[in-house]
Amino acid sequence: MTGWKPPRALVVSWLGLIGLLTLTVAAAYQPLGAFNTVVAMTIALAKAVLIAAVFMDLWRGKALTLVFAGAGFFWLALMLWLAFADYMTRPDFPPQGGLFG
Amino acid sequence: MWVFLATEVLFFGGLILAYAVYRHAYPQGFAEAARHTSIAIGTCNTAVLLTSSFLVAWAVAAARARLGRIAAVLCWGAAALGVAFLVLKAIEYRTEYAEHLVPGLNLDLTAPNAAATSLFFSFYFAATGLHGIHVTIGIAALMVLGLRARAGRYSETYHSPMTVGALYWHFVDLVWVFLFALIYLPGRAP
Repeated sequence: MTGWKPPRALVVSWLGLIGLLTLTVAAAYQPLGAFNTVVAMTIALAKAVLIAAVFMDLWRGKALTLVFAGAGFFWLALMLWLAFADYMTRPDFPPQGGLFG
Repeated sequence: MWVFLATEVLFFGGLILAYAVYRHAYPQGFAEAARHTSIAIGTCNTAVLLTSSFLVAWAVAAARARLGRIAAVLCWGAAALGVAFLVLKAIEYRTEYAEHLVPGLNLDLTAPNAAATSLFFSFYFAATGLHGIHVTIGIAALMVLGLRARAGRYSETYHSPMTVGALYWHFVDLVWVFLFALIYLPGRAP
């Protein structure tokens, strides 16, 4: 029982996650204009992939598990994509009054 | 469990969509409001949750290897980090209350930028509040899993409760990663 160590993949991921956290906080203070948001969201996504793949064990998950895990993000992507297709193109088709009127 | 987590993705996803739409409408105002949050507490809390997730993943490996006592200590350690997260969050809420940033309670609606500040902090309290409830449920689950692991209930062939509880905790961590990027990071660059 004694001397039992955590699996190497978990330690590496944990260090990677803390490293990414440091990186994203440092990057937030750099004057990158619109790219600040891009960098912040890209690093958040990288952290999420690490957590899902290693901590949540998806990297050796069965195909069916991957489908179910991906389903939530698939519908989320659809929702964000369609909603933004609406909001981003509203200035091109001015409404009568309303939020952007 | 993954089906439940898919519903949770869309649950928090709806909030994030609302945030994204209003941030698109008031980019300057959101950046200004986000600067009022405490990046020190936010960063510290992110590290706390990431570490607790690491402990839980390790606990699953320990439980599968029939190392029940080690798994129990790891579960309780993760639960303790969860409590630390909530304590830091409470300190942050208190500061925000003192700084008159709570919409509907004491936010000054005559101040410049009040509309965007109000929208930002409405999202902030709704999202972090809901997330806090998830953390609380997760802490309770980890306590029980720790007790059961200690009793030697889990093995290589039977460890589903442990795995499912761990998935829930990792998901709570995952949501926080995005909330951190949306709440604490905008508006920091000069």
